[in-house]
Amino acid sequence: MKSLFRHSLAWPAVTLILLLGLNAVMNPGFLALAWRDGHLYGSLVDILNRAAPLALVSAGMTLVIAARGLDISVGAVVAISAAVAAVIIGPTGNLGFAIAGALGVALLCGIWNGALVVGVGMQPIIATLILMVAGRGVAQLITGGQILTVYYAPYDFIGNGYLLGLPFAALLAGAVIVLLHVLLSVTPLGLFIRAIGINPVASRIAGVRAQPITLCLYAFGGLMAGLAGLIISSNVKSADANNAGQLLELDAILAVTLGGTALTGGKFSLAGTVLGALIIQTLTSTIYSLGVPPEVNLVFKAALIFLVMLLQSPDFRATFKRLPVRPPGAEKTS
Amino acid sequence: MNAAPVAHGNVTRRSLTILGLDRRLVPLAGTLALFVAMIIFGAMSYKAFLAPQVFLNLVIDNAFLLIVAVGMTFVILTGGIDLSVGSLLALTTMVVAALIEKAHWNPWLVMLLVLAGGTAFGAVQGFLVHRYRLQPFIVTLAGMFVARGLCYLIDTESIPVSNPLLQQLAYARIPLGGRVAISSGAIIAIVTVAVATWLAHATRFGRTVYAIGGSAKSAALMGLPVGGTLVRVYAFSGFCAALAGLVMTVYMLSGYSLHAVGLELDAIAAVVIGGTLLTGGVGYVAGTVVGVLILGIIQTLVIFNGTLSSWWTRIVVGILLFVFCVSQKLIEKRASRASAPSSEKSK
Repeated sequence: MKSLFRHSLAWPAVTLILLLGLNAVMNPGFLALAWRDGHLYGSLVDILNRAAPLALVSAGMTLVIAARGLDISVGAVVAISAAVAAVIIGPTGNLGFAIAGALGVALLCGIWNGALVVGVGMQPIIATLILMVAGRGVAQLITGGQILTVYYAPYDFIGNGYLLGLPFAALLAGAVIVLLHVLLSVTPLGLFIRAIGINPVASRIAGVRAQPITLCLYAFGGLMAGLAGLIISSNVKSADANNAGQLLELDAILAVTLGGTALTGGKFSLAGTVLGALIIQTLTSTIYSLGVPPEVNLVFKAALIFLVMLLQSPDFRATFKRLPVRPPGAEKTS
Repeated sequence: MNAAPVAHGNVTRRSLTILGLDRRLVPLAGTLALFVAMIIFGAMSYKAFLAPQVFLNLVIDNAFLLIVAVGMTFVILTGGIDLSVGSLLALTTMVVAALIEKAHWNPWLVMLLVLAGGTAFGAVQGFLVHRYRLQPFIVTLAGMFVARGLCYLIDTESIPVSNPLLQQLAYARIPLGGRVAISSGAIIAIVTVAVATWLAHATRFGRTVYAIGGSAKSAALMGLPVGGTLVRVYAFSGFCAALAGLVMTVYMLSGYSLHAVGLELDAIAAVVIGGTLLTGGVGYVAGTVVGVLILGIIQTLVIFNGTLSSWWTRIVVGILLFVFCVSQKLIEKRASRASAPSSEKSK
C-alpha cells in the first residue's frame, strides 16, 4: 500500500477519483453511461471529449517543459490553426487541404519558437511570448477580424463525431498520446529529453544532440496546438481569433504540473499529464454542476497551482519536516 | 553570463562599449532612436501629428500602462516577472466600484484600502518567490488566476461609477499653457515615474535591485538583504497595479472584470522595448517610459491611418519584441566575447 502511494501517478489519480466521487455524490446520474443514437452517452464521455484538446496541448507542453523549456504561445497557435482551417475550408471545401494547411502552419509556429530558443538562445518564456503577443493578431489578420463559421459535415466530425461509440476527438488524442508514449519508451528519445532537462551542458558533452532535439520538441508542441485548434474550432463550428484557446497555455502548464512533471525539467510523465488534463476538465464540469459562475473556476485552479507548487518545493517540504522537531523559540533565530 | 559590473559604479571598461557607448546604454539608445524615427515618420505622413496634445494624449491614454510598466521594470530588473498585474488592476477597479457605488463607502478610504490591498497581494507573491524559491512566473500566474477569479466573484457585469469625486477627477483637465491640458491620471503616472526613477538610481533599495539582477548569489554574499528586497519589489509592483487600477477606474468610470485583459503582456513588451534586459540587472525606468510611449505611438499611427485594423498593433508589437530580444542577445554575445580577452589580460 505504501509503495503504491509513492508511485508518481498516485496523487493525480487520487485527486481525479476524489473529484469524480464528489460529482457522483452530488449528482447521482453522473457516472451513468447510456447507449444512445449509436454511441456512448454520459457525463464521463463528455469530460473525455472536452479534455481531448487540452490533453494534446499538454502532452506537447510536457516534453517542452521536461527539456527545461516553456511554451506560452500554444493558445495563440490554436487560434492561428483554427483560422487557417476555417479560411481554407470555407471557399474550397477540401478537408485534407484544410487539415494539412492548419497543421503545417502550426508546425511552422513551433519551429519558429524552437529556432528562437535554440538558435538565438532566448529564454523560452520570452521567445514564446513574442508569438503569444503577435499570434492573435496574425489569426485576426487571417480571418479578417471576423468569427468565421464552418458548417461542413466532414469537418464537424473531428470535434463532434463518434467512432466505435466513442468521441472521435478523445480517440484521436488517445491514439496520438499512446504513439508518443511508445516512441519515447522504445527509442532513447525519452532518455535524451530527461538528460537535457537535468543538465543541458552535461548531456551535450555526453553526446546527446540537445539542440536539434529541443527544436523538434517545440515543433511538436506547435503541431499539438494545431491539432487542438482543429478540434476546438470543429467542436464549436467556428474560428474565433480572439477567444479560441484563450488561457489554454495556462491550463496546459497546470495539467503538466498536476501530473507530476517538474517545472525545472528532467522528470516527466505523459500519463500524469493526461490525468492532469482530466482533473482540470472534471473540475470545470463540477463547477458547472454546482451552479457556481464558471468564471470562479479560475480561483479553484489558482488554489490547485499554489498547492501543487508548494508541495513540489523542497524548501516548503523542509519547513514542514522541521516543524515537529523545532525547539520553542528557534523561530526567532532562524 | 553577465560580465558587466552590475552596480552603478564609475567603472566603464573600454571593452564593454559599442560604438563608443556604454553597453548598458545601447538598448536605451536604440529605443530612443526608434521613438524619434516613429515621430518623424508620423509627422511626415500626417499634418496634425506634431500637435502637442497628440503627445500629451499618449500619456493620458496610457497612464495606467505606464504605472504598471514602471512596477514591472523593477521586477524584471531582479530577473523575475509579474504576470498578475493586469488581473490585479481589474480587481482594483471592481473593488473600488463595488465599495463606492454599492456599499457607499468613503472614496478616500476605499482608495487607501485598495492601494494597501494591492501592495499586500504583491508582497505575498514576493514572499512565495523568495521563501520557497518558487518560479516567479508560476507564482504570479496563479496570482493572475486568483485576482481575475475574485473579480468575477464580485460581479460578472460592469459596474458604472457615478460618485461625484471620481467624476470630478475624471473630467478634470489641468491646463499647461497654450491649448494643451493633462488629466489627473497622467499626473499620477508622471509622479510615479519620478518616484520610481529616484528609487532605482538614488536609494539603497534601487542598488540592491540591480545587484540581485546581476547575481542574486553574489548579492547575498555581499550581505545585501536579498529576501526583503525581493518581497518589496513584488509589493511595489502590486502597489503600482492597484494605483493603475484607480487611474483606470477614473479613466473608464467603471469597474469591470474584463478590464486590462493581457495588460501584463503590454507591460512586459514596453519594458523590453525600453531596453531592460530580461535576464535582470540592466535597464532604466526612463527606458520603460519610452517603451510605453512607443506602444502608444503605434496605436496613434494605426488610428491616424484609419484604414489599418486594430490587430496590426499586436503584430507590430510582436515584431518589435522580436527585434529587441534578438538585438539584446547579439549585444550580450558581443560583450561576453569582448570581455573574455580583457579578463585574461587582467590576470
